[in-house]
Amino acid sequence: MGSAIEAEGLTKIFGSTTAVQGVTLKVEEGEVFGFLGPNGAGKTTTVRMLCCLISKTSGEASIGGYSIGRRDEQLKIRKIVGILPENVGLYEELTAYRNLDFYGRMFDRSEQQRREEIEKLLKMLGIWEKRNETVGTFSKGMKQKVAIARALLHEPEVIFLDEPTANLDPESARTTRDFILELKKEKRTIFLNTHNLDEAQRVCDRIGVLKTSLIAVGSPDELRASLWGRKTVVHLVRLNDRLVEAVRGLGIRNVEAVGEDKLLIDVQDPDSENPAIVGAIVRAGGEVRFVTELRPTLEDVYLKLVKSGGTAG
Amino acid sequence: MRLSKSWTLTMKEFAVYRRKKYIVFSLLAIPLLLSLIFPLSVLLTTSSNDVPSNVLAGLLENEVTIFIILAALLPAVISSYSIIGEKVEKSLEPLLATPATDGELLLGKSLAAFIPSIGATYAGACVYIAAVDILASGRLGYAPLPDWNSAAVLLLAAPLACLFSVEFSVIISSRVNDIRSAQQLGSLVILPLLAIFLLGQTGTLAPNVYDMLIVSGILLAADVLLSFVLRATFQREEILTKWR
Repeated sequence: MGSAIEAEGLTKIFGSTTAVQGVTLKVEEGEVFGFLGPNGAGKTTTVRMLCCLISKTSGEASIGGYSIGRRDEQLKIRKIVGILPENVGLYEELTAYRNLDFYGRMFDRSEQQRREEIEKLLKMLGIWEKRNETVGTFSKGMKQKVAIARALLHEPEVIFLDEPTANLDPESARTTRDFILELKKEKRTIFLNTHNLDEAQRVCDRIGVLKTSLIAVGSPDELRASLWGRKTVVHLVRLNDRLVEAVRGLGIRNVEAVGEDKLLIDVQDPDSENPAIVGAIVRAGGEVRFVTELRPTLEDVYLKLVKSGGTAG
Repeated sequence: MRLSKSWTLTMKEFAVYRRKKYIVFSLLAIPLLLSLIFPLSVLLTTSSNDVPSNVLAGLLENEVTIFIILAALLPAVISSYSIIGEKVEKSLEPLLATPATDGELLLGKSLAAFIPSIGATYAGACVYIAAVDILASGRLGYAPLPDWNSAAVLLLAAPLACLFSVEFSVIISSRVNDIRSAQQLGSLVILPLLAIFLLGQTGTLAPNVYDMLIVSGILLAADVLLSFVLRATFQREEILTKWR
């Protein structure tokens, strides 16, 4: 499998403002890559550069092997990417079908291809019955579905989704998320800009955290592990200093007493270290009730990264 | 340049226009009103006087220059929607993400403003010619229009004025954020063209073939000049990041 998206030092400067600084990343074919970052972090600018909507200031990037910097390849890139912008941007006066048909024509789809694809997508998204109604009468969720269909109509190799569930009610957000998961099953390459950490955790294979520059990249588990390490919590009948010293005696530095009955211990490999920890505590006279692992949420990781500026993973 | 891409966009624009009542109303009402008001006003103001028939025919021919102004006025209504409307509805980004070049998009947008404007102008001109011939032929003893002079106005100067207005309106669209401002500023395009009409009324400029060739030459030069400005303005990065 090759890389669907590759960027090396991708930078965009507007006047005196650096919007994106030296982004280097690879997204493999069939991967769902999440792009997290606060407002103004440069997520949309990065997507616009990758889709050849705006030019780069420096660096290089390619989509499906085509360079975004070469004018003769920019049209080819636009042909193989599907984009769902943050604002759906549909023609409110036209019907859902007419909207999609227009975009199908712009992407050089034949009449038969347009007919089949529009029917397939609108049926999958559950709005086929509404195809002849003007989009202006649709709810936000329905418009979002039409916009998703538009992004997929020409069977793009790479799909860019910019905040696909933002401003949607929970039911529509769930439908949209389920649809992304369906695309993931089909091994479609998806680049997902999102603020929704739960969504990122559920659908993304890997996540990049952007704050003008890319401050971390990895799977949700890798990010958690690299930034927080792994922590074991030993629940005791009663805690005393002797037990803390017994654990430290194993060469573990970060041992923290929590309340009157818990020990929070940094570990590298819980499978091999936990039995030794429990053994040391028991030998020191401690009574262990049970042992758990403390797992930080992606939100914890994200907030830590964004506040600290992070380190590239 | 793939004309099919531009034409697809033009047809989409037409489908949107059909749903916009003010566009349909503007295209129907303005030409109809002008094509009836002007011959009627000439005939009514000259009915009680002993106006020689050659003077009356000259007056009616002079009025034909109003269609140069009409051809320039209508695109201000349409093309301001065409660009600003997309900007307001935030539909420009997905459109710009399609595999169409800037030139193809620009041509599609321009045709979508040009075709209905010049079509409505010609429809109005047909009504004008019919009205003049019906109302004036009794007094003149012949049907004065169409003639070579009116043909020069309608077939040369009017389309060039229309193109000038389309280009001007698209450039204006790059500097404003709402449709009304775009229409108001876009309609300023008629000011230099109004001069043609006023010069015609004072007799300085006649709607004859020779004078209309000069006017058309000036308009053609202006069209070419504006096309360079427009090409420099209509770039997708500018549209997405700088259009305010």
